[in-house]
Amino acid sequence: MPLVYPTKTAMPTLDPVERRARWDEVAVGYTVERALAEARRCIQCQDPLCEQGCPVGVPIREFIRRVAVEDFAGAAEVIRTRNVLPAICGRVCPVEHQCEARCSVLGRLEPVGIGRLERFVADWERAHPRGGAAREAARRAEKIAIVGSGPAGLTAAGDLAQLGYGVTVFEALHAVGGVLRYGIPEFRLPKAIVDEDVEGLRSLGVEFETNAVVGKTVTVDELLGELGYSAVFLGTGAGSPRFMGIPGENLKGVYSANEYLTRVNLMRAYSFPEYDTPVKRPTRAVVIGAGDTAMDAVRVSIRLGAEEARIVYRRSENEMGARAEDYRRAAEEGAIFEWLTVPIRFLGDDDGRVRAVECVRTRLGDPDDSGRRRPIVVPGSETTIEANLVVIALGTNPNPLLPQTTAGLTTDEHGCIVTDPETGETSRAGVYAGGDIATGAATVISAMGAGRRAATAIDRYLREEVNHGDHLA
Amino acid sequence: MAAVLDTRELTPVTKLLVLEAPLVARHARPGQFVIVRVNAHGERVPISLTDFDPAAGTITVVVQRVGKTSGLICALEPGDEMLDVAGPLGRPVELPTEGHAVLVAGGFGAGAIHPLARELQERLVLVTVIVGARTAELVILRDLLEPVSDELLVCTDDGSLGYRGFTAQLLADRLAGGAPFTDCFAVGPVAMMRAVAEVTGPHGLHTLVSLDPIMLDGTGMCGACRVTVSGETKFACIDGPFFDAHAIDFDEAIVRSKMYVDEEHVALEPVGAR
Repeated sequence: MPLVYPTKTAMPTLDPVERRARWDEVAVGYTVERALAEARRCIQCQDPLCEQGCPVGVPIREFIRRVAVEDFAGAAEVIRTRNVLPAICGRVCPVEHQCEARCSVLGRLEPVGIGRLERFVADWERAHPRGGAAREAARRAEKIAIVGSGPAGLTAAGDLAQLGYGVTVFEALHAVGGVLRYGIPEFRLPKAIVDEDVEGLRSLGVEFETNAVVGKTVTVDELLGELGYSAVFLGTGAGSPRFMGIPGENLKGVYSANEYLTRVNLMRAYSFPEYDTPVKRPTRAVVIGAGDTAMDAVRVSIRLGAEEARIVYRRSENEMGARAEDYRRAAEEGAIFEWLTVPIRFLGDDDGRVRAVECVRTRLGDPDDSGRRRPIVVPGSETTIEANLVVIALGTNPNPLLPQTTAGLTTDEHGCIVTDPETGETSRAGVYAGGDIATGAATVISAMGAGRRAATAIDRYLREEVNHGDHLA
Repeated sequence: MAAVLDTRELTPVTKLLVLEAPLVARHARPGQFVIVRVNAHGERVPISLTDFDPAAGTITVVVQRVGKTSGLICALEPGDEMLDVAGPLGRPVELPTEGHAVLVAGGFGAGAIHPLARELQERLVLVTVIVGARTAELVILRDLLEPVSDELLVCTDDGSLGYRGFTAQLLADRLAGGAPFTDCFAVGPVAMMRAVAEVTGPHGLHTLVSLDPIMLDGTGMCGACRVTVSGETKFACIDGPFFDAHAIDFDEAIVRSKMYVDEEHVALEPVGAR
């Protein structure tokens, strides 16, 4: 085994103190030198297990080999065979649970920084455009409707357009990107990158219809009927925020993470009053939960001027869902972590504005259904945390709007659309679904994987239908 | 983008706009609303539908100038465009198929009750409409409501037109006089809708009111519009906007509607004054 440097090549970042007041991307990205150093840590193993850890099957070993020999264009091409959104994935994938978790050098050494290298290649490609792909005329007669323009929808759209189908993406909001647009903040995923990836899809011939709330503005029946689409892919995400159902939850200043982040990211409330949408600016913020969204919310609070921004989580650091990197960055920026703490009610002032969160402390018992240790309330441990802004980041449920307005779609007890996980097929012929609407809240890359599998299945379904038709004729 | 096809100043602070929105017009039902955004820096705000015409592909909305965004909307003229229109959103209101409905509208709420009155009349339900405003010149849309109501009653706070007093008082008088109403629908300021609920409650008159809380996406994604109904949290955008008036926590609804009063003042300041 060649000598491998034990730690990942460091990612240059903005200064933690300086960036508390800035929305610019925190991770600056590898230089060529750093990328080469990191790529050369890869031992090019015979059986690259990392690739099995990737939900879209990026040929990781081969793209890293090309980086190591300074063939960055080649590396980009290799990634593009499996991933249409590499600049996004390279930034937001939970790599430590996926590809990097399977890296052969992991154990005594840190894994190869696969995510950082993917981002480097994608950014290099953006900086060195190869004279955009020519807009191809659809080679196939069928049109496909994609509902929702988040990671699942964009991936399915890209794949189907490359297969020659006419593709239209229907988005309920006024801007394309789904969670990439409204959920993930600028400092973690610059919106210019989402814009570029969407432009890339447009150049493949994908069309986008914004302000189109499928189920309301247009129905699935109409898409498959008079509008002439041959198949529909539903990638509407897990849009409905969970609340806690504890007293004081509707006080002014208590937000769902979806609302808080949408105000800031989609509506640019951080630039109020230059932009018209306001958001409360906290002095003391409490964010409940410890997943990726909670880390985003606490870091947004810091940037909105909070003197103290806290994460309150009922379990411990070991059980939190957030990516290690985002947790570390939140801590660097001064976030405070109240582990083993659970809110029991929100206290308000005379004006109906939140002023504090009453909590109790917990200890961890035996693992529950999720495999994580169950928090148990410690009697007599009440404590009050002052806060003039609270964000509830406890996940989301599937948005009921589409299943409610579409006949023939079977949902499970959680409201998720029931699908064949291999193909995305739903209970209704010609209708496919994938991403959070089918699985409940998960990750960008797993939604992309579902979009890809559904695109493959839709292609097969339409070809079989054509063949079947020939046979009958 | 939705072209502004026609506009009409209803009062010095209220404007009617006809927008080209064929898909919304085609799917709209009484009680639904749209979310609009005026320009690239604009807010997303909900507006009740006053009318929709599937054949013409148009929708009609009525907007009262109360803040920056409503001011921008009221400044639109034929030939202008509304940047974004999404809808129809919300659940259609459940309307009866028989009986005698009383529809109570305060101020620009007259716009939102028009589709209800029209649908009820088509269903051969008797329709009494009560429209109220502070003073005569603020009473709107009588021309639109007249043809779709069996009885149109007007009241003004100052008595300058019709009955002198609030809509809820006129409703109370009618109920005390034995009016055989079987259903009540009210749209207007929260205080007015609460007053209507207090009047109809003792009579056991089934009453639905349209809540107009702060919204963001309007599709159930954010929870900004949450309201407490029968002790349960509901989202006005997907569970409403019409709710049982006797089950709504109006105090909370009023408090939540004032979430951004300070910011509204800031938004209205001229740029140089900031």
